[in-house]
Amino acid sequence: MSTLISLPDQSTARVPKKNYITNENGIMSWLLTGDHKRIAILYLISLTFFFFIGGAMAALIRLELLTPQSDLMASDTYNKVFTMHGIVMIFFFLVPSVPATLGNFLVPLMVGARDLAFPKINLLSWYLYMAGGCLALYAMITGGVDTGWTFTTPLSTHYVNTNVVTTGLAAFIAGFSSIFTGLNFIVTIHRMRAPGMTWFKMPLFLWANYAAAILMVLATPVVAIAIVLVALERTVGIGVFDPTKGGDPLLFQHLFWFYSHPAVYIMILPGMGVISEVISTFARKRVFGYSAVAFSSVAIAIFGFFVWAHHMFIMGVSNYAALVFSLLTMLVAVPSAIKIFNWTFTLYKGSITFETPMLYAFGFMGLFTIGGLTGVFLGVSGTDIHLTETYFIVAHFHFVMVGGMLMAFLSGIHFWWPKMTGRMYPEKISQLAAVVTFIGFNFTFFPQFLLGMLGMPRRYAAYPPEFQVLNVFSTAGASILGVGYLLPVLYLIWSLKYGQVAGDNPWQATGLEWQIQSPPLTENFTEIPVVTQDVYDYEWLERQKEHEVTHVG
Amino acid sequence: MDHISPVLWQFLVKWMTTFAIIPPEASTIAPKMDALLVFMTLVSIIGLTIVALLITTFSVLYRKDRNPQATQIEGSTLLEATWTIIPLGLFLIMFVWGSVLYFRIFTPPANAMNIYVVGKQWMWKAEHPGGQHEINSLHVPTGQPVQLTLISQDVFHSFSIPAFRVKREAIPGRYTTVWFEATTTGTYHLFCTQYCGTAHSAMIGEVVVQTPEDYKAWLASSTSGVSLAQNGERLFSSLSCAACHNGAPDARGPNLANVYGSKLTLTTGQPVLVDEAYLRQAILNPSAHITQGFAPIMPTYQGQISEEGLISLVEYIKTLNSNYRVQQTTNTTELLPEGPDKPGKSSAAQGGTK
Amino acid sequence: MDSHATAHSEAHEHPAHLRHHFMDAAQQKESATFGMWLFLLTEIMFFGGLFTAYLVYRNWYYPAFVAGSHTLDIKLGMFNTLLLITSSFTMAMGVWCSETRRKSGLVWSLIATIILGIGFLGIKTIEYKEKFELHHVPGSSFSAASFVNPPLDAQGKPKDTPLAPDMAIHTEVYFSLYFAMTGMHAVHMILGIAILFALLIKSAKGQYTTGHNTTIELFGLYWHFVDIVWIFLFPLLYLISRH
Repeated sequence: MSTLISLPDQSTARVPKKNYITNENGIMSWLLTGDHKRIAILYLISLTFFFFIGGAMAALIRLELLTPQSDLMASDTYNKVFTMHGIVMIFFFLVPSVPATLGNFLVPLMVGARDLAFPKINLLSWYLYMAGGCLALYAMITGGVDTGWTFTTPLSTHYVNTNVVTTGLAAFIAGFSSIFTGLNFIVTIHRMRAPGMTWFKMPLFLWANYAAAILMVLATPVVAIAIVLVALERTVGIGVFDPTKGGDPLLFQHLFWFYSHPAVYIMILPGMGVISEVISTFARKRVFGYSAVAFSSVAIAIFGFFVWAHHMFIMGVSNYAALVFSLLTMLVAVPSAIKIFNWTFTLYKGSITFETPMLYAFGFMGLFTIGGLTGVFLGVSGTDIHLTETYFIVAHFHFVMVGGMLMAFLSGIHFWWPKMTGRMYPEKISQLAAVVTFIGFNFTFFPQFLLGMLGMPRRYAAYPPEFQVLNVFSTAGASILGVGYLLPVLYLIWSLKYGQVAGDNPWQATGLEWQIQSPPLTENFTEIPVVTQDVYDYEWLERQKEHEVTHVG
Repeated sequence: MDHISPVLWQFLVKWMTTFAIIPPEASTIAPKMDALLVFMTLVSIIGLTIVALLITTFSVLYRKDRNPQATQIEGSTLLEATWTIIPLGLFLIMFVWGSVLYFRIFTPPANAMNIYVVGKQWMWKAEHPGGQHEINSLHVPTGQPVQLTLISQDVFHSFSIPAFRVKREAIPGRYTTVWFEATTTGTYHLFCTQYCGTAHSAMIGEVVVQTPEDYKAWLASSTSGVSLAQNGERLFSSLSCAACHNGAPDARGPNLANVYGSKLTLTTGQPVLVDEAYLRQAILNPSAHITQGFAPIMPTYQGQISEEGLISLVEYIKTLNSNYRVQQTTNTTELLPEGPDKPGKSSAAQGGTK
Repeated sequence: MDSHATAHSEAHEHPAHLRHHFMDAAQQKESATFGMWLFLLTEIMFFGGLFTAYLVYRNWYYPAFVAGSHTLDIKLGMFNTLLLITSSFTMAMGVWCSETRRKSGLVWSLIATIILGIGFLGIKTIEYKEKFELHHVPGSSFSAASFVNPPLDAQGKPKDTPLAPDMAIHTEVYFSLYFAMTGMHAVHMILGIAILFALLIKSAKGQYTTGHNTTIELFGLYWHFVDIVWIFLFPLLYLISRH
């Protein structure tokens, strides 16, 4: 099968001596850097660390669920493990994943700027992230927390004796890290685009991150105040959510989901941005209906603010509130459907190759479609009654978050790896990893839909024996999935030293980031580019190449 | 089949024979829920197949070997409108269908039999009107709509019966309701599905659906001797409620006869419908629930009555449909008016003499 | 938001305060201002959660909220409001001085702002202390007794309408929100005063009066924002049920 990759002649090619990695040496040059690319690398390393912590928790959960009894762990240990799995994965992996790594690296490159608007705040956001992460780990080591990641009151305020306040503080700090990242993106995209880079010449990755950044800036402070009130209620004993004092625990649910539903879009939108870039590049085509995809990102962000109460359909919201929120939820499903079809039709009359990022992108499309459609099951208020709080919902959000977001993250990492490091990873084994991940994922999470239909509740350490077979399937799948996640770490690290030299533009992609050396210089562009070409303009790229050839020749 | 290990083979056979993707249908709502679920599943499968087929076909037709040069296409308003409008239409159908179902499940019929369920860490306590208590189990008859009035004594719990396709959260501090009509006898799972702390996964039980005759027999065999209303009556007198709510024309508190189900006007001028939730609130937070024409003198009973006690009081007040002042003074047998559940008369005598 | 130049080795010519990644000073200033407004937007959402809670509970427990607000000292609250408004004025003076390059004017404006800010916090402390003495601080020491049997005035009449006990306990919700809201506001004041000290030291060294005053301007925005939050808190917590 033919391939798109064009690498420079390996006998003569070298990774450029002067680049952002070699610019300065020593650990302090990294810890005090203002360079968005170095901060992206710092984030990538720490995110990977937290991902594997969360992954280890997931492994423990799956092992425990291999048998119906709670025999590997006592139920309170199990509760701590799934709580930590949720908190680490959501606050310290999924929310920052694409924005903080790929977004940090690429937003300035794509708009044609030398850095994000506020480099110091960018570095501060990484330190906040690390502080939050370390605090969460500290809470975990010194006794853990068992409220579930949702910190539901009054359980979290009055009925558990674990490190709720420490963990809440960790989430609070991590929240500020994400606010600062979002703020940086919005300002950079608004104010720092290169001459000629109009809004509709921006790659869709930027649109997606812009939409996610709006959510980060507007939604995160609400959960911050909710967590502050929980902490005050626990330590001082104020009575805002405490029903015995006249407070309303449902108010906490409203405040919490006002953030945590948009947070779902914070997690998925940047991933959608990655998929747009990857599909376009490997189909050699402009994204079908560019403006529809761009606006659907913004539409998701806006609608995303008005659907939070669909998490509370059985919790005592009025029937009419359920009606309204269910309808709005149907509306937010439409832009996602638009995106899926637009990506599919980008393939039409393209010239498609199947390198690793594209395989991950295909995986994303399949799994995200399932995740999105099953989301409709839960957004429809009637069926939500039967399916909510069961494994159906667990399967649904893992299809969206892990099947969708993690696939997109891996797709993006593989796509921009040559730009970040200047080297290629081994192609065959990475394709294998993509396939293994896809298979393992389906094995792990598809049985959970069936478990949910059968009524198996989530967060159960022990369950009725008739659910065992499907749980065994799920655990077996998880072990395949684990291999799929370990492989990339190994060969990506290997490639840092032994990978082939990638050259400036191994994929023949059109974005501004591909027109400069890999890895880029610290200042990104020797001269700020003036953008004359359209977005995803592959004909322009061809002309550029011919131009170069004639000049060199 | 030789090379498949016998253990694995047995495992697969076991799975194939017990394989089910939906729980048993044991309530009137279950087939309706399943119809919608089947419809949505079909739509999803068709949608997924379309996307998968398109991706596969395009990947084959337009792979680089076959189509070395891509043709640039801007987009197509017509196509995009199609895949905006068709999914929207389908989603709206599901929305309407689902909402009808939702309203049905959360709007109990007027003739429903009421069972109270109190959730606490980590058990369910069901209280039948006749005074039968059960822990982590629920007996219900077939062919009779049953309304559950749920409340939690501590944290959020959720009362889930997959075989009935119903689920409702038990919330601290307020009543929630759900109803069902069981159709098939048998024993079904009862789960707490809202995470509620350490022994969350042990907060399970069983729902026993019986024929009306068996149910009656069970009621008779598990009676505690005191119906909820009778228990409530005892509380009513031990808390001296009757000092003010004695039904006399010059009484300091409003007459409670027939108050349940009526419409009251509060001192604030606000009209309210008297239901279980209102009665409970009026006992705990009386000052915000003063009936027009009465002074705000009632003390609060917050912290003095358990949720079970409140349920009994509410049930007692619900049964007051005559001039109960006489009943208070005579207070012997035959005082309980016949409620919808017809508590046994002998047990009424027992309760009354204590 | 600190935009002055750090060690800058590159040779091309531009003002010392221009960071290398901006194309020109105008872009830098626009970005910083835009960023500050976005930050204030997140602050609005942050306080928005508290205001939502306030509105819900005020609606539910109106008599408790009225009684609770009657215990606040309206004179102290009014005086604090005046202090804050004046501090906003001195801050605006500071911004004007830095624009017109008046170093000593800037320094004195900042000092005045700091003093007024600390004055505000001092008075807030007095108010908090009184609440502790009256057992109006939510938590284990809270007591609603003074709302059931209000203290008597000189004529032996109760100072306020007595509340029924069940409504009186809901004053704890009022005081929870009172402390959460004014406490969050005070935290913002303390952070602001800390930043003010840093700005003061730098302005004394002559920064911000050389034509580049974005930092002072943006801090001014923050200070006015904190002021505006108080302008909402004061009527909601102190005034709204007075006649």
